[in-house]
Amino acid sequence: MTCTEFIALLDDIIDNSIAAETRAEVEKHMHKCGHCEVVFNTTRKTIEIYRSHELYDLPNDLRDRLHAAIMARCKKGC
Amino acid sequence: MTTIQSIVGQDEQHPDVALVAQVRAGDVSAYDTLVRKYERQIFRIAQHITQNREDAEDVMQDAFLKAYEKLEQFQGNSKFYTWLVRIAVNESLMRLRKRRTGRMVSIDEDLETEEGTVPRDLADWAPDPEQNYTQSELGEILEKTIKGLPPGFKVVFELRDVQGLSTEDTAEALGLSVPAVKSRLLRARLQLRERLSRYFRKKPGSRRSSPREVRAES
Repeated sequence: MTCTEFIALLDDIIDNSIAAETRAEVEKHMHKCGHCEVVFNTTRKTIEIYRSHELYDLPNDLRDRLHAAIMARCKKGC
Repeated sequence: MTTIQSIVGQDEQHPDVALVAQVRAGDVSAYDTLVRKYERQIFRIAQHITQNREDAEDVMQDAFLKAYEKLEQFQGNSKFYTWLVRIAVNESLMRLRKRRTGRMVSIDEDLETEEGTVPRDLADWAPDPEQNYTQSELGEILEKTIKGLPPGFKVVFELRDVQGLSTEDTAEALGLSVPAVKSRLLRARLQLRERLSRYFRKKPGSRRSSPREVRAES
């Protein structure tokens, strides 16, 4: 497996949606290619950080205000 | 589209189906439940696209009102949330076009860019690198980093990786093909990784990076 082939499979590797025999090849490649191992680990970490740190959170007071405005107009038939 | 519909059709009945039926029968409180369930996610999508807090507030309200008005047109062969996201994305793009004085903005643009398809920064990261920053510093870094991505990349990343939608649902919500979603997701992930590397890479001889270093490298 080449690095280009590895990168093309990266999403499937991260999402765990590759066949067992491909996974064996992927692991073999990562074992001998430190760069691809770094790309795999840091991409996975990127996703994990964005998932656990919610951006653009809606503060409760704003949420209540917008929610009330939406429901008031729906009740009036928009 | 047949594939998406057949996949959805095989699912257990989604809890939203009953709520949508109640709203159609005139029960506004069922709509209240749907709004409460999805308002945060819709607000985030609108913020990603418009990059403007007031616009995101307006988009969120307009999207829910439009969905309510158009509920009769909702076919039920897609999930309510993917249908709602599609409305919100269209509303967000309209706002963006207004701000950019009519310049065409779409989820399809910027595909010709090759940036980020080949990883260049191959330095390893510090273990748990986010812990070298305070919550607000980290928030700033993550926001600044994702801001620079094309709208289509940001929304695909948000829907697939942050909100956890399937590739098929993301494609349906954005009116894109499954291969187009996959291609955007890979590039979004690689570009974010590349940009975060400058903050998170291992720094020789030091466990903490100073704010001075952050500014110098950004």
